[in-house]
Amino acid sequence: MTAYILRRLLATLPVMAVVAVFVFFLLRIAPGDPAAIIAGEDATREAIEAVRAKLGLDRPILEQFALWLWRLAQGDLGVSIFSNLPVTRLIGQRLEPTVALTLSTLLVAVALAIPIGVVAAWQVRKLADRLVMIFAVLGFAVPGFLAAYVLIYIFAVQLQWLPVQGYRPIAEGLWPFVEGLILPSVALGVTYMALIARITRASMLEVLSQDYIRTANSKGLATRRVLLLHALKNAAVPIVTVIGIGIALLISGVVITETVFNIPGLGRLTVDAVLKRDYPIVQGLILVFAAVKVLVNLVIDISYAFLDPRIRY
Amino acid sequence: MSSGLNFLRCLVPAAALCAALALGTQAAQAQEKVLRAVLHADVRVIDPIWTTQTIANIHGMLVYDTLFGNDANMQPKPQMVDKYDISADKLVYTFTLRAGLKFSDGSAVTTKDVIASLRRWGAKDGVGIRLFTFVDKLEAVDDKAFRLTLTKPYGMVLESLGKTNSSVAAIMREQEAKTDPQQQVKESIGSGPFMFAKDQWVPGSKAVYLKNPHYVPRPGNEPPSSFAGSKIAGVDRIELVWISDSQTAMSALINGEIDFYENPSIDFLPILEKSRNVKLMKTGDLDSTHGMIRLNHLHPPFNNVKARQAMYYLINQEDFLRAIVGDPEYYRVCHGLITCGAPLASDAGSQWFKEYNPKKALQLLKEAGYKGEPITVLAATDHNTITPATQVLIQAMRDAGINLDVQSMDWGSVVSRRAKKEPPAQGGWHIFVTTTGGVGSANPVLHTWLGAACDKGLFGWPCDEKIEALRNEFAFAQTDDEKKRIARDLQARAMEQVVYIPFGQWTTPLAYRSDRLQGIVPNTGLVVLWGITKK
Repeated sequence: MTAYILRRLLATLPVMAVVAVFVFFLLRIAPGDPAAIIAGEDATREAIEAVRAKLGLDRPILEQFALWLWRLAQGDLGVSIFSNLPVTRLIGQRLEPTVALTLSTLLVAVALAIPIGVVAAWQVRKLADRLVMIFAVLGFAVPGFLAAYVLIYIFAVQLQWLPVQGYRPIAEGLWPFVEGLILPSVALGVTYMALIARITRASMLEVLSQDYIRTANSKGLATRRVLLLHALKNAAVPIVTVIGIGIALLISGVVITETVFNIPGLGRLTVDAVLKRDYPIVQGLILVFAAVKVLVNLVIDISYAFLDPRIRY
Repeated sequence: MSSGLNFLRCLVPAAALCAALALGTQAAQAQEKVLRAVLHADVRVIDPIWTTQTIANIHGMLVYDTLFGNDANMQPKPQMVDKYDISADKLVYTFTLRAGLKFSDGSAVTTKDVIASLRRWGAKDGVGIRLFTFVDKLEAVDDKAFRLTLTKPYGMVLESLGKTNSSVAAIMREQEAKTDPQQQVKESIGSGPFMFAKDQWVPGSKAVYLKNPHYVPRPGNEPPSSFAGSKIAGVDRIELVWISDSQTAMSALINGEIDFYENPSIDFLPILEKSRNVKLMKTGDLDSTHGMIRLNHLHPPFNNVKARQAMYYLINQEDFLRAIVGDPEYYRVCHGLITCGAPLASDAGSQWFKEYNPKKALQLLKEAGYKGEPITVLAATDHNTITPATQVLIQAMRDAGINLDVQSMDWGSVVSRRAKKEPPAQGGWHIFVTTTGGVGSANPVLHTWLGAACDKGLFGWPCDEKIEALRNEFAFAQTDDEKKRIARDLQARAMEQVVYIPFGQWTTPLAYRSDRLQGIVPNTGLVVLWGITKK
């Protein structure tokens, strides 16, 4: 197992290298010019050229790439073209809200979706199953931003139970931290819950039709024991896979959720940096997201071995 | 198990400590008067000279002070300057700074700081560059007095020093002011009413300003009027919160999570009008936005003035304004290039807007040599006013039967592409739509889009010696009547040459919590946050 993990970790290096090359050149190919944005509305062409020269954006693209790679190899992601602050500091500032939002969404989604998926499979073609399937279809169909606006209108503007927007770090108190995450987590988690609930249901249905489940039932085992201990564990591999895939969905989902709920996380940082053509930030963020995705996949693969003893690395 | 219990034993006091610290912080913050404001953009650049972005200027005016400040009528009033003297030949200006001026780090403001700051501004800002072309000498008399000697009696020295649009003439410490104007300063330390809390800055999310204990306001408690008057900080702390989603910002204002919203979306104004404890304040003509259609004078067909003039027949300003604003209370048809409602506004050149007639437009275009080649329009897709205005223009041109090559892109890409002088088929362009502010457009010298300086001008590169001569003449005019006459001639000539086609003028009201805030000052170009008090 250790050798496998090391092999996989080593394999991330070429993946990250390919990502680095792609993100650098795609950004340079894309239209837009940070110098023109910095110079402002009334800037002449000469003024824009002067800003571009000072930023080093007029140098040959390969030279810019080599310089960026050299700094990257030393752990330096560069500085923002606009704020002049190190990209590592900017990412560090935004990490906590995104991690908090992602984990709370994951927690809410997994804690709710797996039980309702299990219940749907157990009560297949009955009322509970139909309700779960309706929820799953709606969860996929309703866009996250729409759910967000509806939640804000009901729970923040009308009832005034929860704040409309913003993020309070956990250091400012547990309740301010939690209350700011409730609506975004629900809005972001709806699609994810629908996905996990459907996969749990489908996977459980397949397992529940197996002979050993029939045997367990005929032995007189309690339904809860059959469902949770015998069926769910064996149905877990596809569920865990979907949870892993869902983390990628969450990364893209936080962009919208963070915008609507004004959470200063990595998603908003990405959108703002792309719109402003702040190349160093976009490059740094894509590398971070790619690394997270690679690591999540690794963790998921490793977890298979624990969930299914037949899988060996 | 025992290690788990030990962990919990450590965790409980740590959590209690965290909670106590959090409560302590909250209690301290509760005593502070905090103004939470959402402006039109987020503070990403802290150097108002390095960029002309409006938000950087708002940041600049909180942190820095200026020698003069133009009031709501665009009249320059002394700010950092105590007294000044202008020689009879109007060539020598001697300024004396107010006593006791200090930067927020406690160091005294001296003429070394002022001269270095003016030189940097004069090397970067368009108005500053124009002023400095007439500067012979800028020298210190002593620590508190300095002298500006001109080569010609340029008439806009004080207005330029107090201007509220584009890059303001902010006075920095000498060490920052010596930074290359093409590079951003690393520290933002000024002698303005607030100081920038850089350690609390989260670009793209929040910028924090604390009351500057060293700030010395002008004596007499003069009420604020744009950049003039005593700049008295009415709150201990200002948080410029950036909420990019306008619906969220509106909900946050209604819910009381923010106190002030600079530019609510016009679509949401009816909701805000009905909200308890929320008030809207109209800002006036000088704070308006002007729509402009810019044609590329370098390439056919618009290198021919007849083709440019043909475009007037495609403009019905009401169509544009209804698409952008909708409510006539917030817009006005304006057939001039100088801000309608401003002292220098006139109807000169308005005869070009005779009628909306697409057929006539096409006929005139053909007479000017247009043979049906595709006209490249840069169409921004993500701008709340420019996008609908561009769509109205595109529809009018299609109605006329003009062959269009619509290049849809985000605004950042338009900003980049419009700088290209190449022919449209090789990555250039024919037409783009943009906007400009009412304060700048109210003065022919500050209104840079009115210029026709060929290669040295703004995108579109209009080229007309007479227009440039009139702009120069305006800068040397000594009386108001003379200025009005020149402004009228200039507008007539600029409209004849079609430096751009205006499509109207509109304003967005300020929205704020009336149950908490007092002392709101209507904008005249830039939002004024000093003077606002919070209950």
